[in-house]
Amino acid sequence: MSGSYLAKRLLLTLPTLFGVIVIIFVLLRVVPGDPIAMMVPPEAGPEDVARLRAVYGLDKSMVQQFAIFLGALARGDFGTSISLKQDVFGLVVGRLPATLELALVSIVFSLAAGLALALIATHLRGRWPEWLIDGFNSVALALPEFLWALLLVLALGVLVPLLPISGRFDPAVELPLATQFYLIESLVRGDFSLAAHLLPYLIMPALALSLPLIAVITRVLKSSLQDALAQDYVLFARINGFSAARILVRYALPNALIPAITVAGVHFIFLVGGTVLVELIFSYPGIGNMLYGAAVYRDLPLIQGVTIAFAVLFVLLNLLIDLLYLVINPRVRHS
Amino acid sequence: MKFTRRQVIRAAGASALALPGLDTLLWSHAARAAIGDTLTIAYNAAPAGWDPNTGPQTTSPGNQSIYRSIFDPYVIQNTDLTLGPGVCDEFGWNADKSSIRFRLREGVKWQDGKLMTPDDIAWNLDRLTDPNGGGPLQSIFASIKNIRVAGRDITFDVTPWRANMLERMSFLGIYLIPPHYYKEVGKDGFEKKPMGSGPYMFDHYERGSFLRLKAFHDYWGGKPPFETVIFKFVTDASSRVAEIERGTSDITLDIPYEEYDRLKTKPGLAGDCSPISDIAMVFINNEGPFADANVRKAAVFAVDKKTIVERLHRGYAKPIDTLLAPQYGAYDPTITTPYNPQLAAELLAKSGYSREKPIELTFQTTRGYKPKDYETVQAIAEMWRKVGIKANIEVYEIAKHFELRAAHKLAPAAFYNWGNSTADPESSLGSSLVSNSPHSSWKGKDLDERLIPLFQEKDTAKRFEGYKKFDRYVAENAYVLPLFQFYQPVIYKAGLGFKPHTAGYLLPFAMGAKG
Repeated sequence: MSGSYLAKRLLLTLPTLFGVIVIIFVLLRVVPGDPIAMMVPPEAGPEDVARLRAVYGLDKSMVQQFAIFLGALARGDFGTSISLKQDVFGLVVGRLPATLELALVSIVFSLAAGLALALIATHLRGRWPEWLIDGFNSVALALPEFLWALLLVLALGVLVPLLPISGRFDPAVELPLATQFYLIESLVRGDFSLAAHLLPYLIMPALALSLPLIAVITRVLKSSLQDALAQDYVLFARINGFSAARILVRYALPNALIPAITVAGVHFIFLVGGTVLVELIFSYPGIGNMLYGAAVYRDLPLIQGVTIAFAVLFVLLNLLIDLLYLVINPRVRHS
Repeated sequence: MKFTRRQVIRAAGASALALPGLDTLLWSHAARAAIGDTLTIAYNAAPAGWDPNTGPQTTSPGNQSIYRSIFDPYVIQNTDLTLGPGVCDEFGWNADKSSIRFRLREGVKWQDGKLMTPDDIAWNLDRLTDPNGGGPLQSIFASIKNIRVAGRDITFDVTPWRANMLERMSFLGIYLIPPHYYKEVGKDGFEKKPMGSGPYMFDHYERGSFLRLKAFHDYWGGKPPFETVIFKFVTDASSRVAEIERGTSDITLDIPYEEYDRLKTKPGLAGDCSPISDIAMVFINNEGPFADANVRKAAVFAVDKKTIVERLHRGYAKPIDTLLAPQYGAYDPTITTPYNPQLAAELLAKSGYSREKPIELTFQTTRGYKPKDYETVQAIAEMWRKVGIKANIEVYEIAKHFELRAAHKLAPAAFYNWGNSTADPESSLGSSLVSNSPHSSWKGKDLDERLIPLFQEKDTAKRFEGYKKFDRYVAENAYVLPLFQFYQPVIYKAGLGFKPHTAGYLLPFAMGAKG
């Protein structure tokens, strides 16, 4: 991997982000929903609507608004939220860690479970565990994340009340933490009792997000493993008397991982997008939840801020996946 | 082994039905009814901001339960929407109704322990009138002029005249904040740690997750019933059901009626479903097919509201023929537009329409914004079809409804829910039908001629009589299609003392452990 490749990829993200910003800005002003019309009281007259439109800068043309927005953005100013009356950048930065932690735990669940299930299904091919895993995959893929979320609430929140239903921690608890990365910070500090308090709040939303991804990873990896097991080098290993488990993990797995990581990377981006509804169902205070609130109030600066944050996250994830692919795939690296 | 998506969804649905039954076997309900020192509310809305008087969240009725826990209004709104003494123990218009006087109660304290002064009230009144403050209600409060303080009395003139100004001082954007604290911490500081004079003090806010409040022991209204109050912001209705069913919340509201019926009979839980000041209605536009009076009247007579309420709302709504709820001052129960499909068909025939040759129009509605909104519109469309009106249903978001309404571009028929907790007819019947309002859909000179004098009428009895006449005129001419008054389902632990509020509030201060 050369430095120039990395620089080129990073440079390419800039026009992508600019394009995203333009699309978001225009779309928000074209799609229906007027924040002023929503906030005026019954007794208001047209002059009140005009006054509030001016207060929130919505009386200017779209081009003027875009020029003002872009100028402010260049100075690192994402604007002020109409509903929260706070700096949008601060709000997004304040809530992003919660979503990142949730996404991180989800991807850890997905990778660990996907890997384990694919290995088991391949190793016990043609036997009942494989059918069971195939059945699980069909179920996990058939339901969207929000439906999983609702079923988990019912099953593990009400019927067998093992896990908390809402929030990020117990409202009665004071958190002695300096950052918004609650779980990560508690682990870094070595405060495992606090981490043990926080983790249960993450399990259900993370599981809801990761179940479809687990199924995808399992399927792709299982198929790649079967392809790898048909290769000559595996036959050679068998002739040499290596155990089936060793051949699977030591020789087939590294080669089978490449397509699985590519597919997982793409689906991970969908997973981050899925946080909006899942955060809402679990009252989890991430940016997805905030985006919902912003949409309800048609808080244009906040919707822009959160959507740009999602866009930056997607672009960076894509970049990361490309780089990872470069690292694990020698054919791409040396091409 | 492969499953189709449909098979999986069916199996999930079956499991969802079966699981609550198993819950009874696994759970002991004994501890559920108990209420401790902490009240936990699974609430359906989270305030976007903490300044209760500026910003769009000011006009959201859902935020008022929380604001009223921390802040005091000038005048208290009782559970039946009548006005009562609060921080101001005396209040009212002067004899010629040109000014309003408040008298500050002795010994009222801000939550930092400082005494509230009449000047504090005057500062708050002045702040309401700031045209650049971003307060959406400034247009109303701009009528507050010439604020003066004498002893414990605070008086201001109401110019131009606003009949419902006193009621307005109890509802939306009228909360008292301490001037000394606001000046000290500034706008941003106040957003981080708001302060008022209400029964509960702001303690911790986890945005999008929960709000923790602590009892204010020096509250003028007495010791608050709970040491700690937690509002959990659970915007998803099924999650609120799960919260109360599991017992991790003590009370919740706004859940599907089917769930309400199921939960209220569970051991340890109790329920209340009382009328609130929200009226489901259909806006009728004066441009298009409803310009024809026969079509309008037919559209009203063709709707069987009783059936809609019984079948779709399980009886938890009250069919209504006016935009005024029975709790409002000018409500007249004799104004009725009874279901009469035969008359509807005859009226349509006069204009040349029938089942075979129907008049076609667009009917806009939200889906899921209010309970059974889309289903209600579907039912109405079917009732209309039977008499000769073919309605094409168009679903949109509530934000689009507001935008179209402000631009006078709503479809000929548009479903909406009009909430008016001031109980004054001006805030619903008046505002929804006066032509210069961004909230009216029918714009009629005849209506303006009748309404505008009522806006100026100072004699309350005459004003209410005028509104009754106006209401009858509206019903006779079918300028709007009122449907029903919503009920609010509330489920709570049986050990909790709960009293419903017509504005739909859940006020922790008004609750307490039973016995």
